[in-house]
Amino acid sequence: MKEYAVSKNKVTTVSDIAAQIKDGMTIGIGGWGGRRKPMAVVRELLRSPVKDLTVVSYGGMDVSLLAASGKIKCLVYGFVSHDVIPMDQAFRQARQGGAFEFREIDEGMLQWGLRAAAMDLPFLPTRAGIGTDVETLNPWIKTVRSPYDDGELLMAMPALNLDVTIIHVNEADAQGHTAILGPDPFFDDMFCRAAKKSFATCEKLVDTSAFNDPMKARLMPIERSVITGVAEAPLGAHPTSCGPDYGIDVKHISAYTKRCAAKEFDAYRDEFLTKETHDAYITSVGGADHIRALSLPVF
Amino acid sequence: MTSSNPATDYTLAEICITAAAETWRNDGEVFGNGFGPVPRIAAALAKLTVNPDLLLTEGEAFLVSEPVPVGPRKGYAPKICGWMPYAKVFDLVYGGKRHAMTGPVQIDRYGQTNISFIGNADKPKAALLGVRGFPGNTISHANSMWAPSHDKRTFVEGEVDMVAGAGYNPARFKDGRRGDKVDLRLIVSNLAVMDFGGKDRAIRVVSLHPGISFAQVQDNTGFPLEGKDTCTETPVPTEEQLRLIREVIDPHDVRATTFKDNPHGDARRRENA
Repeated sequence: MKEYAVSKNKVTTVSDIAAQIKDGMTIGIGGWGGRRKPMAVVRELLRSPVKDLTVVSYGGMDVSLLAASGKIKCLVYGFVSHDVIPMDQAFRQARQGGAFEFREIDEGMLQWGLRAAAMDLPFLPTRAGIGTDVETLNPWIKTVRSPYDDGELLMAMPALNLDVTIIHVNEADAQGHTAILGPDPFFDDMFCRAAKKSFATCEKLVDTSAFNDPMKARLMPIERSVITGVAEAPLGAHPTSCGPDYGIDVKHISAYTKRCAAKEFDAYRDEFLTKETHDAYITSVGGADHIRALSLPVF
Repeated sequence: MTSSNPATDYTLAEICITAAAETWRNDGEVFGNGFGPVPRIAAALAKLTVNPDLLLTEGEAFLVSEPVPVGPRKGYAPKICGWMPYAKVFDLVYGGKRHAMTGPVQIDRYGQTNISFIGNADKPKAALLGVRGFPGNTISHANSMWAPSHDKRTFVEGEVDMVAGAGYNPARFKDGRRGDKVDLRLIVSNLAVMDFGGKDRAIRVVSLHPGISFAQVQDNTGFPLEGKDTCTETPVPTEEQLRLIREVIDPHDVRATTFKDNPHGDARRRENA
């Protein structure tokens, strides 16, 4: 049988993905809180000299490490949390110290901003934010009046146009097809459509034929035309979860937040964030078997 | 054997749960969300008693046909009957067919709520989670509140430090903003049950938990409360409600960690009372 392959081979490496992110860029990070964060790429960014990033994220360990490492100029977010450990200490300290610009908006407004960018619209109207301090504390978001008889005043959520999006998925192939096998794809599809370039790390690089299954195909919300590159990074979401492959490393994150609270982030960095390779990092946190045995979060 | 007789031995957490379950009684087929153990057990109890039509999830992304026990599952498999990822939750939020009970850090006289920060916006004294979905939730669907420590730090004197959740504050709904979309239902605290049935939607005490006086509630609230002459006593959990809470919904007694020393539900029966 003849194989009809597309012309592009999108396979790249974690370090090449990180190298795409330049000073001052606006980056989107997929996942949600303590779940399916592209941490291998985030850690690579921490070891690079890149700075002044505007970060758009449903924040967790990604935002925490970038904030603690001084990489952020502006954060667009609805929350920063590890889910099972609700409060992140690095975010708390950065927020309390006014370390950078904080653009705090409703979770749904964030989705709306990504959707507007994906649809190439200047904004999308929403009621979310009306009557709250999200309206008063975010002068960059204007209101818009319905042109119809109702005349309602709504928030005009501006497009969140991204330079680069990074996500982590379970499976990907060389053409850029991606499958998210966990229970929730979150907003990774919108993040990818909102960006000029999007990169996916994956637990496993597979042959395209691995997707020849109508039930699995329903777990593929992202069209490959918005994926610029893919890189294999097994366990690349650690310490966040990547269901069904592995759960959240509660002990690791708990120890991390305690260190941050004690202003000992540097010790954490020296122990875990200076490793030359992703494999060396995995060894430093207990090894692949340890991570694969982490139980999936129960909410 | 089941019984609708009022129980004699019940904890404060348990009477708060049975009081909170009432908030979903007349909702019909809406998506019910209780955030934190007491609201979550309450939503499960509501589904098993007063509102079987409630839609519940297993806490992540799947709808379930029977409430999932809280705490360790120990082999229990959720009875999945649908998919509810966040993207779908957001779509549903805007449609209004949802009723959430959350635990705000601050609540003011308008029912405005805060989970974002304490202090001022530039350099807050305490950064909290962020507004999360509060702005969209409160302008789109019904919301109730859980306040486990009823004091003036929670029920603040002026406005909350950051209005994350919208309330019945007309000053914030001028010039075509749809204040009529705000739909606040019950506030359940460790002292009382309140609603927004006072004059101009002022907060009113509906019932006092056993052994609590109106003066006690008022003294711990940063704004005047209505309901002094109309409030009743919060109904004591029935034996059947307690059986469902203790054996079915929360067999590991997660609720016991709600309050220090897990006190009796009747203030007069607490050892240090």
